Amino acid sequence: MADIRTITLNVNGRAYAREVETRLTLVDFLRHELALTGTHVGCEHGVCGACTVLVDGVSVRACLMLAVQCDGAGVTTVEALSAGEKLSPLQQAFQDNHGLQCGFCTPGMLMTLTEFLRDNPDPTAAEVRAALSGNLCRCTGYQAIVAATLDAAKRIRENA
Amino acid sequence: MKPAPFTYHDPRTVDAAVDLLATHENARVLAGGQSLMPMMNFRYVMADHLIDLNKVSALAYLRFTGDAMQVGAMTRQRELELSGEVGQRCAILQAALGHVGHRQTRNRGTIGGSLCHLDPSAELVNIAALLGATLHAASRRGRRDIAFAEFAAAYMTTCLEADELLAGLTLPLPKRDCGYAFVEFARRHGDFAVVACSVLMGLDREGRIADVSIALSGLGHAPVRPAPIERALLRQRPGAATFKAAAAEAGKLEATADAYVTAAYRQHLARVLTYRALETAAARAMDYAHG
Repeated sequence: MADIRTITLNVNGRAYAREVETRLTLVDFLRHELALTGTHVGCEHGVCGACTVLVDGVSVRACLMLAVQCDGAGVTTVEALSAGEKLSPLQQAFQDNHGLQCGFCTPGMLMTLTEFLRDNPDPTAAEVRAALSGNLCRCTGYQAIVAATLDAAKRIRENA
Repeated sequence: MKPAPFTYHDPRTVDAAVDLLATHENARVLAGGQSLMPMMNFRYVMADHLIDLNKVSALAYLRFTGDAMQVGAMTRQRELELSGEVGQRCAILQAALGHVGHRQTRNRGTIGGSLCHLDPSAELVNIAALLGATLHAASRRGRRDIAFAEFAAAYMTTCLEADELLAGLTLPLPKRDCGYAFVEFARRHGDFAVVACSVLMGLDREGRIADVSIALSGLGHAPVRPAPIERALLRQRPGAATFKAAAAEAGKLEATADAYVTAAYRQHLARVLTYRALETAAARAMDYAHG
């Protein structure tokens, strides 16, 4: 018999209440229950980082959390970054620096870097690489991703 | 939806958690979920009851008492990594944490979860062996202390009983002015190490080695504290010849092989990493002596 709980949580500024099976992972909840398919599912065992989201402002792997654990929490996904069609400085820097090719890993990269640049607004390239060690990209070779991140940091500092 | 069905419990107190553990068959305790959740997603672990400790706030703490650090089992790795006081009083722990997984996994992963998962080459397991941690287990029957040296019963298997959970640990702090080093070889940054070596070294007024601890992990199912090598280093002058001799002995320690890494290669790494760790720890100890 399925173990069901009702959870209430805030996702990207909007309140939701849903009945969920307790074994439902956060990433499947976001995609299947809330239709927020910006968060991608890659390896489903915590290696690739594609499903990275922020829970109460902290980056986590959404495949390694249960939706029921987010009862009462605030979740931020890649859908929250842009204002309508206007990309965030980080997203714009990814586009301008060719920081993505197929784009599968990009939502996770962007969420990891959103937390990272908030904590460290003026990073070195080495710090960016360390921060991204948990996000795998199979297309770009990371050079352009690191360049995009440093460019984004510069743009954000200049506009602050 | 990947894990097999289970009944979810989220107790608020240690008493409630150990009650659940004592009264449910095939129950698993969930800490940060960075190892257990993948195993459940793979259905390698199929628990009937999942007891989530994330709401047991009494298990997340960090306190300094005299010459020791008291850490709650549910204290996040990230909190230890960013704590200024840990940096000042137990720098080797932060040196090791830099190699533990990734930013996102350290945000959730806990020290207690890592110790109970007991991967043979996990960095926190190495540090618990190096510092001689005492683990505090809780069950409905009461509490008991377990010396870390007694904790590993077998490969990735602790000596905790089925009704016990790890509540916290006491980590004796390194002496002030102690040189330290944590070195490992992993195929990618953030992976579990193939072999890791940590060293603490104190020097006397003449610059000779007054005390030294070495922990090597990745050789067998639990980290090794090679007492004969540590003893042979006492009262020696730090230097290449001394360290080379110690490293050669480390390269003769028993090692196991698996599908990826031979025993001979692990021994090679033990030799190389022991030399590097001794060299770095000694350099730091000398800096403190002259600083």
